[in-house]
Amino acid sequence: MSKITDTREALMVGRRSDGSLVRRPLSPHLQVYDMMQVTSALSITHRITGTVWSVGMVFLVWWLVAAAAGEASFNGVQWFFGSFFGAIGLMALTAVAWFHTLAGLRHLYWDSGRGYDLPTTYLTGRAVLIGTAALTALTWLVMLISWI
Amino acid sequence: MATFTLPKNSTVGEGRTYAAPAGAKNVRSFKIYRWDPDGGANPRTDTYEIDLDQCGPMVLDALIKIKNEVDSTLTFRRSCREGICGSCSMNIDGLNTLACLKPIDEVKGEVRINPLPHMPVVKDLVPDLSQIYAQLRSVEPWLKADTPPPPDGERLQSKEERAKLDGLWECILCFCCSTACPSYWWNGDRYLGPAVLLQAYRWIADSRDEATGERLDALEDPFKLYRCHTIMNCTRACPKGLNPAQAIGEIKKLMVERQG
Repeated sequence: MSKITDTREALMVGRRSDGSLVRRPLSPHLQVYDMMQVTSALSITHRITGTVWSVGMVFLVWWLVAAAAGEASFNGVQWFFGSFFGAIGLMALTAVAWFHTLAGLRHLYWDSGRGYDLPTTYLTGRAVLIGTAALTALTWLVMLISWI
Repeated sequence: MATFTLPKNSTVGEGRTYAAPAGAKNVRSFKIYRWDPDGGANPRTDTYEIDLDQCGPMVLDALIKIKNEVDSTLTFRRSCREGICGSCSMNIDGLNTLACLKPIDEVKGEVRINPLPHMPVVKDLVPDLSQIYAQLRSVEPWLKADTPPPPDGERLQSKEERAKLDGLWECILCFCCSTACPSYWWNGDRYLGPAVLLQAYRWIADSRDEATGERLDALEDPFKLYRCHTIMNCTRACPKGLNPAQAIGEIKKLMVERQG
């Protein structure tokens, strides 16, 4: 006997017309649901960006460790971040960080008991997307200007 | 635990196609989830081609037409056909709603109809709602008061107190919201879900109810209440235009406020 870890398991057993037991199917969920609607799409993006941002911090640690290890290793890391793929990666991380920050602020606004109606939800959702694009562009503009 | 794929016995295959009657001009395909406990096979999708010139405007009209004229084995719940009983809740074109309130015109192309998501299927479009009814029972959705009512009348409310229940009492328990919630899909054994939490808040917000403290105590739980991550699919789905996410937000706010 396997242990039941989910109480819903008990409801997966049904009966046929003759009274014999039959295992019921689970109705389709992700397979049929419209997950691209603003509500769930932004929610899952918030989770994904949170994870990516955490993992992305490894690059920061790498950079700091390399700086502590000496000039040669630091130059290697600098070369990587200056390369095409390094720069693309950093840009993506910037966007991820801005999205997660702005969506986090949206969650705080909800937690204060406001902004739950659908028009406001769509408005704040759009603001998060536009804000992410604008702030990512601005961040890189400022960085490129200060570099050159 | 979240399992993103369907169990082996639940994957959906292709079924039969019932062609439109000859001479029909305004034909629309309805792709409908079918599962028969007596058949012993996996669920399948049957396609019914319907002449919309000979059919009422709502998705429920098409379902009734199919059952009456094409395939009497098609099984679904329906009663009032005007959005007040909550029986015909199902997944239409990727969103949960009431078949009686969903105009066929609003769907582009094929009309895909599935049972409420992530539920045990009794037959075809009929899900087993026992779990969610038990959860509703667990929040004790009735007036609880130690003070007896006045001997000469009802318990009275001011207009303002009564207004707090607007947007809550209208819920018809169709469970479109709960079964639209990914959090309820993955944790529905312990998370109460938007519909039941809206009902809980309906009694917390009622000025005549004297059990607010106990009600909040019962909800103070990492799963029952706090699996809500404000995804907002519930509010998006509600065919009555209610806002379960806001009701849950109000409960969370009360939890914080009472800690002083």
